[in-house]
Amino acid sequence: MTTAATTTLAVPGAAATFDAGALEHLIGAAPLPDWATQRRREAFAALAGSGLPDRRSENWMRTDLRLFRREAWGLRPRPAAGAVAPAGLLAAAIAGGAGTDADGTAAATGPLGGRLVTLDGHPLQEELDPELARRGVRFGSAESLLPEIGHLLRDHWCTVIDPAADHFAALHAAFHRASAVLHVPRGVTIAEPLHVLAAIGDGGVDTSHVLVVLDDGAEATLLTETAGGGAAGSAGGFHCGATEIVVGRGAFLRMVNLQNWNTGVWHFARQRALVHENGRLQWTLGALGSRLSHVAQDVALVGRNASAQVNGVMFTEGRQQLVYNTLQHHQAPACRSDLLYKGALQDRSRLVWRGMIKVDKAAQKTDGYQRNDNLMLSAQARADSIPGLEIEADDVRCTHGATSGRVDTDQIFYAQARGLSADEAARLVVAGFFQQVFDRITIPPVRDALARAIGSRIRRLS
Amino acid sequence: MAVETGTDRLVVRGLHVAVEGLEILKGVDLEIGRGEVHALMGPNGSGKSTLGYAIMGHPGYEVTAGTVELVDGDGRRHDLLAMEPDQRARAGVFLAFQRPMAIPGVRLADFLRHAVTNVRNPQRREGEELMAMREFRGELKAKMAELSMDPDFARRYVNDGFSGGEMKRAEILQLAMLRPRFAILDETDSGLDADAVRLASESIARIGGAEMGILIITHHEQLLEHNTPLRTHVMLGGRIVESGGAELAAELHKRGYERIRASYPEAAAAERDLGDRQAAAAAV
Repeated sequence: MTTAATTTLAVPGAAATFDAGALEHLIGAAPLPDWATQRRREAFAALAGSGLPDRRSENWMRTDLRLFRREAWGLRPRPAAGAVAPAGLLAAAIAGGAGTDADGTAAATGPLGGRLVTLDGHPLQEELDPELARRGVRFGSAESLLPEIGHLLRDHWCTVIDPAADHFAALHAAFHRASAVLHVPRGVTIAEPLHVLAAIGDGGVDTSHVLVVLDDGAEATLLTETAGGGAAGSAGGFHCGATEIVVGRGAFLRMVNLQNWNTGVWHFARQRALVHENGRLQWTLGALGSRLSHVAQDVALVGRNASAQVNGVMFTEGRQQLVYNTLQHHQAPACRSDLLYKGALQDRSRLVWRGMIKVDKAAQKTDGYQRNDNLMLSAQARADSIPGLEIEADDVRCTHGATSGRVDTDQIFYAQARGLSADEAARLVVAGFFQQVFDRITIPPVRDALARAIGSRIRRLS
Repeated sequence: MAVETGTDRLVVRGLHVAVEGLEILKGVDLEIGRGEVHALMGPNGSGKSTLGYAIMGHPGYEVTAGTVELVDGDGRRHDLLAMEPDQRARAGVFLAFQRPMAIPGVRLADFLRHAVTNVRNPQRREGEELMAMREFRGELKAKMAELSMDPDFARRYVNDGFSGGEMKRAEILQLAMLRPRFAILDETDSGLDADAVRLASESIARIGGAEMGILIITHHEQLLEHNTPLRTHVMLGGRIVESGGAELAAELHKRGYERIRASYPEAAAAERDLGDRQAAAAAV
C-alpha cells in the first residue's frame, strides 16, 4: 500500500510516507554534510524500531493519539512557483513597526535583522542583513549553512535533543527539512530580531529543525512562528519539529516560539536549551493553534550562575488539546530558573501542563520556580496542572504553584456598570489575566501580537 | 406644539425584585431629579443595595414587577429595564459599589479610559477608537489632583489589593470621570474612618451639583454633611415606608429605626419574615 502510493504520485520525490525511499530521496535532494546525513540514517534506524508513544508512559498518558494516522503523512513536494506562505502573526506585528508598552507609550521596534520563510518544508525566502553577515553572524536554512559552517555546528546539530527519545523525535531527526540555523560568534550582539516563519498549506507537512548557537558573550533575539494548515475537519496538517538552543558563557538569548497553526494540524515538538556559565535565556512559548499539540520544553542549566526565564501563553478553543511537559534541569550550582505558564480555555478545549524542576546533587544554591495559572472561559473546558520537584541537592530554594479559576460574573457586571459591553469586559478580564506574563516578555511586538490574537478569539462567556 | 420642559428624572415605580426566588423589594417608588440629592436609609437587609443593583441591572436580581425609567427634560422616556447594564451606564446611570470587584492585570487608568470612551460615545462599538491618550491622561491627572489622589494610583490594577478606603476613593474617581446624570452611591462611607468619610463627602459635593442626581445609600449622617439631602427615604422590609427632609436623616442617625418599625408594623413583619427565610436558605 505504501509503496503503491509512493510510486503513483506524479511529483518526483513526493513520498507519501516517512519510509526508506523518502529518506533516500531527501538525502539526494537536499544534501547535507556526510556527518549530518549519517545522523539522519541513525535516526531512521531508531524510527524503524519505534511505535507511536504508549499512553501508559507518563509523558503521553494525557495525549489522545487515537485519531492520528502516521501513514497519512510524508514530506510534501516543492510548492508551485509563486506560492505564498500564509501570514504569520509576529511577522504582521513586526511589520506594524511599533509596539505599545505597558504605559501605553509607543515602543520602537527595530527592523528585522534577517528572515527565513518556509512553506511545506521548502525555503521560500532567506535574508540576512549584510552588516550582520559582515560581523560573522550566520542565519538561514540548514541546507545552505550546514555545508558552510558545519564545523561550528556539528557538536550541537541533533545532539542537544536525543534523536531516539521517542517515535516523533526519531522521525524528526531522520526527516528534518527546511530547518533554520542561527550562529552568533563570540561577543557579537544583535539588536534587531531575526524571524523564522514555518508555514504549511492545507494538508501540509513541516519537519523543520531550529538550531541556535550563541557563542560566549553573544546576544540575539530569535522569533519563530508557525502558520497555516487546514482547519478542524479539513486535511489539516502535520508538524514534527525540534528546537535546539545553546547559550554560551555570558551570552543572552531572547527566544520566542509561537505556534499558530490552524485547528486541524497535529503538532509534535521537542525543544531543549543548554545554558552555560553566566548565560541567560528568556524563552517565550505562545500557543494558539493546532488540533493537538504535544510539546516537550526542557531547559538545562549546565554552567554556574546560568539563568532561564520561561514564559508560556496559551489560548485554546473548540476541541483543541495542548499538552506541555516542561523540565527545568539544574545541573550546575547557583543557577536560577523561573517558569510561568498561563492558559485560557474556551469551549471544550483541554490544556495539560506537567512541569518538573530537577536539581542535581552538584546544583547547590539553586533557585527554581514554576507556576501555571489557568482561566476557564467555559464550563466544558478542562485544564490539568501537574507540578513536580526532584531534588538531590540540599541547599536549594524550589517552589511551585498552580491555580485554576473562572471569569467571575460579578467582574463582568462591574465592568458593564462602567459602560463596557459584556464581551469587552470579558476580553479585558482575560487580558488582565495574561498581563503578568506579558510584563515579563520584553519584546513589545510579541506581547502585542499575542494580546491582540487572544482578544480576537474570546467570545461571549459560556 | 408646546414642549414640556423640566429636568431629567430617574423614576422608579412599583418595583419588585427577587434574588434566587426570594422577593426582596416589594413595591418601591422613588423619583430623583437631576441636581437633587436624596438619601436612602434603613436597617441592614431592608433592600437598599438590592435597589441599586436592580437599577443598574445585575443579572442576579430579577425584576418581577414595576418600572425603572429615565425621563428626559422634554418628556422622552427610556426604559432602563430593557437595557443591558452597560447601556444603562451609557445612558447616564452610575452605581458606586459597596464592594467593588478586583480586575487583576487591568490598570485603573486603562479601565477608566474604556469606560469614559463608552459613556461619552454611547454608540461606540468595541474595537472603535478609544479617547485620545493625551487628552484622557490630562483629564485624569486633573481629576486626581482635585480629589487629592496620588497620580500613581491609576497605574494600579483595578481594586486589586486595594484597602477598603482605596476602593471607595477609586469609585469616587470613576464617578468624577464619568459624570453620570444619576449616581447611586452604595455605602461609599462604609469601612472608612471619620477623616476619610469627610473627604468622601467633600469630594461627592464637588463632583455633584446641578448636573447630577444622587442617591446616597448610607447608615450614617457624616456623608450627608456636605450633601444635604432634599429628600430622605427610609426603607424597611423591601418598601420605602417614609420620606422626609434632611431632618429625617438626622433623626434616624440619632434614634435608630424603632419609631419606624413601630409605625409600620406590616413592613416590620416583612423584614422579620425575610430575615427568617434568608436564615433558613443559608442553613440548607
